[in-house]
Amino acid sequence: MNRRTLVSIGLLTLAVAVILSATPAAQAPAASPKAGAAAKAYTPPKTPDGQPDLQGFWTNSTYVPLERPNNVTKEFYTPEEALAAEKRAAEREATQTEPGTTADVHYDFTQFGLDRSQATISRNLRTSLVIDPPDGRIPPVNATGQKRAAEVAAARKTRGGQYDSVHNMPIGSRCIIMGGAGPPMMNAGYNANYQIVQGPGYVMILTEMIHDARIIPLDGRPAPPAGARQWTGISRGRWEGNTLVVETTNFNGKNPFRGASENMKVTERFTRVSDDVLDYKFTVEDPATWDRSWTAEAPLAKTQGPIFEFACHETNYGVANILAGAREDERRAAEAAVKKGSN
Amino acid sequence: MRNLNATRFTAMAALCTGVVLAATLVLAQQPAGYRAPRTPDGRPNLNGIWQAINTAHWDLEPHSPSPSPVLELGAAGAVPGGLGVVEGGVIPYRPEALAKRNENRAGRLKLDPEVKCYLPGVPRATYMPFPFQIIQSQKHIMLIHEFAGAVRTIYMTDQVEAPADSWMGWSNGRWDGESLVVDTKGFNDLSWFDRAGNFHSDALHVVERFTARSADTLNYEATIEDPKTFTKPWKISMPLYRRVEPNAQIMEFRCVEFAEELLYGHLKKQPK
Repeated sequence: MNRRTLVSIGLLTLAVAVILSATPAAQAPAASPKAGAAAKAYTPPKTPDGQPDLQGFWTNSTYVPLERPNNVTKEFYTPEEALAAEKRAAEREATQTEPGTTADVHYDFTQFGLDRSQATISRNLRTSLVIDPPDGRIPPVNATGQKRAAEVAAARKTRGGQYDSVHNMPIGSRCIIMGGAGPPMMNAGYNANYQIVQGPGYVMILTEMIHDARIIPLDGRPAPPAGARQWTGISRGRWEGNTLVVETTNFNGKNPFRGASENMKVTERFTRVSDDVLDYKFTVEDPATWDRSWTAEAPLAKTQGPIFEFACHETNYGVANILAGAREDERRAAEAAVKKGSN
Repeated sequence: MRNLNATRFTAMAALCTGVVLAATLVLAQQPAGYRAPRTPDGRPNLNGIWQAINTAHWDLEPHSPSPSPVLELGAAGAVPGGLGVVEGGVIPYRPEALAKRNENRAGRLKLDPEVKCYLPGVPRATYMPFPFQIIQSQKHIMLIHEFAGAVRTIYMTDQVEAPADSWMGWSNGRWDGESLVVDTKGFNDLSWFDRAGNFHSDALHVVERFTARSADTLNYEATIEDPKTFTKPWKISMPLYRRVEPNAQIMEFRCVEFAEELLYGHLKKQPK
C-alpha cells in the first residue's frame, strides 16, 4: 500500500467517523446564551483522583466568527437568525472551490465530509466569539504592534518570494504547526478535534492537527524561565472550583496569534457545563500589541473519537512539489527569455 | 507485639532478599515482588516522565564504538559502544532482510527516518535519547514523546482493530498483574528500530510490557514479531528511569523545522 493510499484511507476513516457523529442542523438545540446559569446547575463527574472530569473527544468547530460582522450590532442572535447565519456561512464554505477546476478536485472539502456543516459543530447564539470588548471586536493594534508588524513585513520582503524557499512558506503547509493550534485553541477549518485525558496532576489536550499534545501540570510549579520558549508556549494549570485555569507564556513568536508578540499571555478557562458542552473562554494580554486585554468564548462540543494519527510532515509531498514547480516555472521563463533574445 | 516484630522481621528479610536479588539479577530484569504504588482506581501507577539511558537508540545489537557519520562532529558525534538489549544478542533476520538492514546502515544519513524528523515508530520511540510521559486514565493511557511530538494512545477500553496503517501503530492495552501490556499492530513499513538500520515491514506486531521495578524505574520489554522480516519473534528489554527533577517536563521538539533545509534545500531558488 503506498503512502498516498494510506493517507486517503486515514482521511476517509476520519470522514466516516465525522459523518457518523454529525448532528443535522435542524435538530440541534442551540447552546444557551447564559452558559453561566447552566454551569451552576451542572456538577461535572470526577476523575478517580478527584479532578472535575473534562475527558473525552471535543470539537470547537463553529460557524460563529471570532469578530462580530460589521452589519451586526447585537450580542446574540435568535435561534432562527443563528441557523440562518450558519446556513449562509456553510454555503460560503461549500463554494470556496471552483467547480470543474483542479482546485475543485483537490480542495472540495464537502466531498469528503471535511467541511464544518457535515461534522459535529459547536453551536452558539453569539454573533461573535469575542465577548470583551463588548462590541465583539478585537481591540485595535497599538503603535508598538503596528511598528512590529511593519518590521516583520519588511523583513519578509528581503527574503524573496513565498516559493523561493521552504522557509518562506506558511508553517501549516510545512507541517510544523497549524496556525490555530494555539493556545488559544482556535477552530481549524476542518479536523478541529481534541482529546482530553487527565492523569494524576496533569491535564493533556491532544490537538488532532498536527498530533500536538499539550501537557498541563497542575502542581503549582513556578512560572517557566524566560530563556525557554516554544511554538505553543509553556502552560501551567490549576483548578478554581470546577474550572480549569491555564496560563500560557513563553511563546517563541514564530506563530504570532493575531500579530501578538512573543510576550503574549493567554489565560484559558475550561468549565464543563453539561455532559456535551465544555465552555472555553480565553483572555489574551499583550501590551506590546493591544492597549487592553480581550476575551473570547468558544465552547467545545462533545464529539466522537477516536482520533487517528495525523502524520503530516511524513507525507508532505506538497512542499517538495510546490518548490519543484516554482523552479520549473523559472527554468521555462529563463528558456523563453533566451529564445526571445536570440530572435 | 511479638507478632508485629515477627512481621517486621519478615518484611525486613524480604526486603533484604529483594535488594540482594535485585543486585544479582541482570539489570533489566524486574525484581520479584515489587509492587507499584496504585492510582486512585487501583491500577499500578506508571504515571511519570521516563527515559532510557543506554545505547539502544544507536544499535539494538551489541556494538563497538565507531566514528561519527558526520565528519564535522568529530568525537561529539561518535557512537558509544554497547552490550545490546536484544535477548540472545542477534536479531533473527531473514537473509534478504539482513541485506536490507546492512544497506540501511550504510546509507543511514540519507535513509534514517529520524534524520528527517519522521515519527519514530514503536518500540524506537521508547528508547530514543528523549523523555516521554505516561498519562494514565481509565479509558486511555497516553504516551507522549518529546521527539517529533509523537503520541501514542493506548486504548484500555473501546478497543478496535487498527483502522489503517500508521507510523506509531494502533495500541490496545490491558493490565496483567503488575504489568501494563500493550499490543500494537497496524504499522506502516517506514519506521526503523535504531540508527543502525534495523527495520521491519508492515506485518510488524509489537507486544510491550511496562512494569514498575522500583519507585523510580520501570522495566520495559518488547516482543517483536514480523514474519516478513524475521525468522522468529525476538525480544528486547531495558530499564526506564524516571526524570525526577521537580521541574521535569516534556519540551517541544518540533523537529520539522530542523530537517527542512536537508529535505528541501536543493529546491531553493538559486541566486542568478
